[in-house]
Amino acid sequence: MARAAVLGRLTWQLGEVAELIQETPRVSSLVIDLPDWPGHLAGQHVDVRLTAEDGYQAQRSYSIASAPEAPRVTLTVERLEDGEVSPYLVGEVRVGDKVELRGPIGGYFVWRAGDARPLLLVAGGSGIVPLMAMIRHHAAAGSAAPVRLLYSSRSIEDVIYKDELAQLVAGDKRVAVAHTLTRMQPSGWDGYGRRIDGEMVGEVAWPKKDGPAVFVCGPTAFVETASGLLVESGYDPAWIRTERFGATGG
Amino acid sequence: MQQSDLKLDGNAIAGLLREIFTMEMTNAESTCAGCGTVHAVGAVDVYLNAPGAVVRCPACEQVLMRIVHGGGRYWIDLTGTRCLEFRGDPG
Repeated sequence: MARAAVLGRLTWQLGEVAELIQETPRVSSLVIDLPDWPGHLAGQHVDVRLTAEDGYQAQRSYSIASAPEAPRVTLTVERLEDGEVSPYLVGEVRVGDKVELRGPIGGYFVWRAGDARPLLLVAGGSGIVPLMAMIRHHAAAGSAAPVRLLYSSRSIEDVIYKDELAQLVAGDKRVAVAHTLTRMQPSGWDGYGRRIDGEMVGEVAWPKKDGPAVFVCGPTAFVETASGLLVESGYDPAWIRTERFGATGG
Repeated sequence: MQQSDLKLDGNAIAGLLREIFTMEMTNAESTCAGCGTVHAVGAVDVYLNAPGAVVRCPACEQVLMRIVHGGGRYWIDLTGTRCLEFRGDPG
């Protein structure tokens, strides 16, 4: 499957939306039936293409949220109001609609359950999506690697996969999740309530002697801040893989 | 919006590179012709706000690649890349 997922010419294929899950007010997951899906790796993405009646095409990349073990491919998409593609995928699309996509794509920002190193995942906003594929892969494959997730959101309403993450933590001692809410915290909030900083990284990240595998995903500024803090704390840059979501796109 | 907000990385052109090379390329290693630093293609800086993709070295900011795709044709400028090394068969 790994071989199929990284080799060969990419072709566009039509998938059918089998299920829609509203994750937050601005974020939806699309569960898609793809008859010719070759399998994927946790962290890979797909390109989605929309074609207007006059032939105009718009194309964007979206991370795969589902584990390689899952029977169907799930994309989780954040609606950007001035975007060309996401307002259709979040709000317009209905179960049974066809979506044109190609993939899986990517091989650098990928985690395999065979990697025994402690895993540190750092997510800003919808940067959680490819990291969730890794967490789901970790659970489905029964990986023994311990996982820590540091997840920064604006408010509690913006936390994607909140319940599933809580259930995973409750059921698996190898998985720990630290949330930080940067704009608004509910009363009685016991997580962090500020932007990611050195003290937070020091409390959540694995000690450098553990030599962890690190994946950081989020908006460009978040990724640069987080990876910079990790390197300042003594992490080898070679341990850290990053994926940036731009301010454009959508 | 700052120019820095527009910076993406090589993951953002994984699909485009696979169209051209017919292989997964984000694990390929590129050597900058300017400073000689080697980076995984997934880790290089990418700007998509130009008419094509502009790829820059994260160490010295020199342009590594410029790729334009339009009208069924590709234009690929690799002047800034001294070497692109990748595995042809992972098996």
